[in-house]
Amino acid sequence: MNDAASAALSPETVMRQMKQNGVTDIVWLPDSETNWLFLLMKSDPDLRLVGVTREGHACSITAGLYAGGRKPMMLIQNTGMMESGDSIRGWLMGLNVPVVLMVGYRGYTRHGVNTDTAATYTERFLMAFDIPFYLIENDSDSDRITVAFKEAERRKKPVVVLVGDEYHGFNR
Amino acid sequence: MMYTADVLKAFAAHRGDSIVISGRGGRHWVEISETPMDVPLGDPAMGGHSGFGLGLALAQPNKRVVLFDSEGDILMSLGQLATIAEQAPANFYHFILDNEVYATTGGQPVPNSKNVDYAAIARGAGYPRAFNFAEIDAFTGALPGILREPGPVFVALKVHPEVENTPIGQRVRWRKRSADKVVQDLRGALGV
Repeated sequence: MNDAASAALSPETVMRQMKQNGVTDIVWLPDSETNWLFLLMKSDPDLRLVGVTREGHACSITAGLYAGGRKPMMLIQNTGMMESGDSIRGWLMGLNVPVVLMVGYRGYTRHGVNTDTAATYTERFLMAFDIPFYLIENDSDSDRITVAFKEAERRKKPVVVLVGDEYHGFNR
Repeated sequence: MMYTADVLKAFAAHRGDSIVISGRGGRHWVEISETPMDVPLGDPAMGGHSGFGLGLALAQPNKRVVLFDSEGDILMSLGQLATIAEQAPANFYHFILDNEVYATTGGQPVPNSKNVDYAAIARGAGYPRAFNFAEIDAFTGALPGILREPGPVFVALKVHPEVENTPIGQRVRWRKRSADKVVQDLRGALGV
């Protein structure tokens, strides 16, 4: 295994975390390089995929699924998360929806110097909304997804998992 | 044009055990019914009611889920119609109350309000059945048949605007429960 592969977060690991935490529905809009994860999710008969056309829509759909007894998870990119601010506030935080959002961290460089304002404002956005977040970059970090689920349940609020390096290695 | 209160009274006669998301008809619906299966959320964030209705319909496929949305909400989230049509919940009945204005902000016109055909948009997004009504007698007559059709069904209703023009802080609150309590009550009633 080369360094790049060993550093990657594998889609199988993400799927395992979803199953381990009882996720029933994925409400999502394709992120950069998530196609392999999409194919894995699509082939799972116990997982429903709800595709949206704008990330804010995912918040109200997620709230409805939760209200009806399902355990949804959101899968979006940081750009869309920021666009969704009012929907996160009203539909997720306002209705006390305990949900994990996996958010692709576009522009993340590990060293803090970046040229992409999507990365510049991501953590500031989350702090302004008082949304807890965890960063994962490779398979050894993946337990933080379970930590996020537990925290969402305990707080009855959304919790974000930032996927550093935007799922590099997910295309096959 | 119809009055929202009349539309809701007509629907109430056929409600059965539906879950009702009263949306933009909330202030009238709370006077008709206020049980755990009534979901008056107010306005958590504009444009989202259709998504909430979709999620609830997918989660509870054996319950009829009825939503009273608005044209302003629909225009803010047209893409939701494609998502709803793709998921195609057979138990979802999506009504919109089209008053041609942003009533809660003083009655400013919705863009191109007199010329938009919302049922045509819904059909174009993939809803198999979509209707327009502007008269209460025609709506009342057609309603039982509409509710017998498998969803997703879209019904656009022309209603008189009920404009609010007092500062938000001075308005009389019509909701009897907070939005999070409404969700909590619904989950309790559904046993989830």
